Amino acid sequence: MSEEILNINELHTHFFTDNGEIPAVDGVSISVNKGEVVGIVGESGCGKSVTSLSIMQLVPSPPGKIVSGSIEFKGENLVRSSKKRMKQIRGNEISMIFQEPMTSLDPLFTIGNQLREAIRLHQNVSKKEAIRKSIEMLKLVGIPRAEEVIDEYPHQLSGGMRQRVMIAIAMACDPEILIADEPTTALDVTIQAQILDLMKRLNEEKETAIVLITHDLGVVAEICDRVVVMYAGQVVEEGTTREILKDPQHPYSKGLIRSLPKIHERDQKLYSIPGTVPKPKMGMVGCRFKDRCEFAYDRCFEENPALYSIEGNRRSRCFLSDDPEKVVTENAEANIGS
Amino acid sequence: MFAYTTRRLLMLIPVLIGMTLITFSIVHLIPGNPAQVILGETATATAIEDLEESMGLNEPYFVQYSIYITDLLQGDLGTSLRSKTAISTEIWPYVAATFELTIFAMLFAVIVGVNAGIISAWKQNSWFDFLAMLFALIGVSMPVFWLALMEQWVFAQQLDWFPSSGRQNNRDPMQPITHFYVLDSLIHLDFARTITNLKHLVLPSIALGTIPMAIIARMTRSSMLEVMKSDYIRTVRAKGSGQFLVIYKHALKNALIPVLTVIGLQTGVLLGGAILTETIFSWPGIGRYVYEAINYRDYPVIQSGILVIAFIFVMINLIVDLLYKYIDPRIKY
Repeated sequence: MSEEILNINELHTHFFTDNGEIPAVDGVSISVNKGEVVGIVGESGCGKSVTSLSIMQLVPSPPGKIVSGSIEFKGENLVRSSKKRMKQIRGNEISMIFQEPMTSLDPLFTIGNQLREAIRLHQNVSKKEAIRKSIEMLKLVGIPRAEEVIDEYPHQLSGGMRQRVMIAIAMACDPEILIADEPTTALDVTIQAQILDLMKRLNEEKETAIVLITHDLGVVAEICDRVVVMYAGQVVEEGTTREILKDPQHPYSKGLIRSLPKIHERDQKLYSIPGTVPKPKMGMVGCRFKDRCEFAYDRCFEENPALYSIEGNRRSRCFLSDDPEKVVTENAEANIGS
Repeated sequence: MFAYTTRRLLMLIPVLIGMTLITFSIVHLIPGNPAQVILGETATATAIEDLEESMGLNEPYFVQYSIYITDLLQGDLGTSLRSKTAISTEIWPYVAATFELTIFAMLFAVIVGVNAGIISAWKQNSWFDFLAMLFALIGVSMPVFWLALMEQWVFAQQLDWFPSSGRQNNRDPMQPITHFYVLDSLIHLDFARTITNLKHLVLPSIALGTIPMAIIARMTRSSMLEVMKSDYIRTVRAKGSGQFLVIYKHALKNALIPVLTVIGLQTGVLLGGAILTETIFSWPGIGRYVYEAINYRDYPVIQSGILVIAFIFVMINLIVDLLYKYIDPRIKY
């Protein structure tokens, strides 16, 4: 396969709260290749956003802290990078867009000002040149009347337009990776499709790798090459989009796919996975999905399942896929101090 | 911006009318008859009647009010009973003195308060934050007169760093032009005098500015902490900007909106509430002017003093509202 540019290895990001230590991200390993679109899927509270903020080193601290693991961007470990180096990387080599386009832009500055800021933080260009580049970026993301929009304020634009502006800001310095944290969740369906098309187009034209965080398998099917399914702070399944959608291995992925509405079965009651994601805490024993899993048996309550390799790059954290020969990583739970 | 300003100015009209109605009623709320009050208890009935006649007090209220308004619009605030001079000419030096003191007190309050608030929020839970908020707490709780007296005792009496009272060296007064003494001394190009005048301002400004400073510091801190958690600040960080740009460009501008309200209100409070400070530091300001008028029952002066203070208060709020619009493009009226 092509060149790997991001390699997250055994990442542990914990939150130190009054109620104790919470392992929001508990041993996550994900790799992203150049120009690839990787989806990270899971319910709310399973650690997707914290994983993405960890990459940017923007986990709110305190209470959050990367306890162990590494995040290698082109061979450079971001966990150990200096603040100064991270400033150079953020917005320039790795950039990020967020779920809430309505609140993600500063309401008191014009679109042009905020775009220009992103450009001038990383490129030594004159103000005039930055303005020209800003207009070009706005046109690239499909904003009509770009020359006027740069003098407008965020509240004068619609949600879809603001998300386009966010993408323009994120793409202004031609990053190698764009992390999109639920970029379409707050938008209505037609706008969602436009934003996804735009991201796909930028991915193809500029060869920007995209890490797309979402809970929407429809979005995944639309643009992702590969999917990582997360549950309660861990990766539970990994594979190509086709593999995961056609033939999910982990009971959680199966449940997610079953709960998608199907057009030819409209009379049936919509399936939902019973229960909710357990609150991650230190020293959990057994599979984290056991209480909601229809296949759970004794072993699931006693041992922590490892991530088992199935074939090629497919992996599943379930004893149903257990094959002692193919253990990829032992569950690191035991190694971490409580 | 133009439409907003126009609308905001139009809204002033009812406020100003309300103000004059209240100051107008003051005279009529005095127990007994104004003419009686002016002439004293021993006045004869004919003398009172004559005075009522000459003052127009036997006209209906709305006629009296329209005369009052007409005079006000022509800049006539009436005549002081004590000094027998026109209040409009007499009042300006006092207004200027209070203004000067208020400006310096607010400069102190805003510069120290806003910066302490920013640093406290930036280094939340640090020793600086702890100390600054402790001082702010002491600052809001400390009685102004006590602080003023302590300042005089320590910095004027014991250390002799600053003069303890007055606006200037009274043995060597200067020819006032605007009655803003610092400005006047600059116009005279007499810089030694500027220093002296500034020295006179230090202690009263700190005494007067401490409470607003403490309130502004606490407000700035909490507003900054709120803003720092917002999504757009995360966006700015994700763009790769450093802490300085995050704080002084994006966070501060957003956090300033509620702080501005406090600054506006506190300025008004200072203008009206400077009496204590002005009395202790023998500062010849509007507070002292009204205070003395109250002692002499000089009703026209009390009336005009209140009107002037209210007018300034309204104007400061107007300025604050216009600044809002300048800072926050979303504001609509």
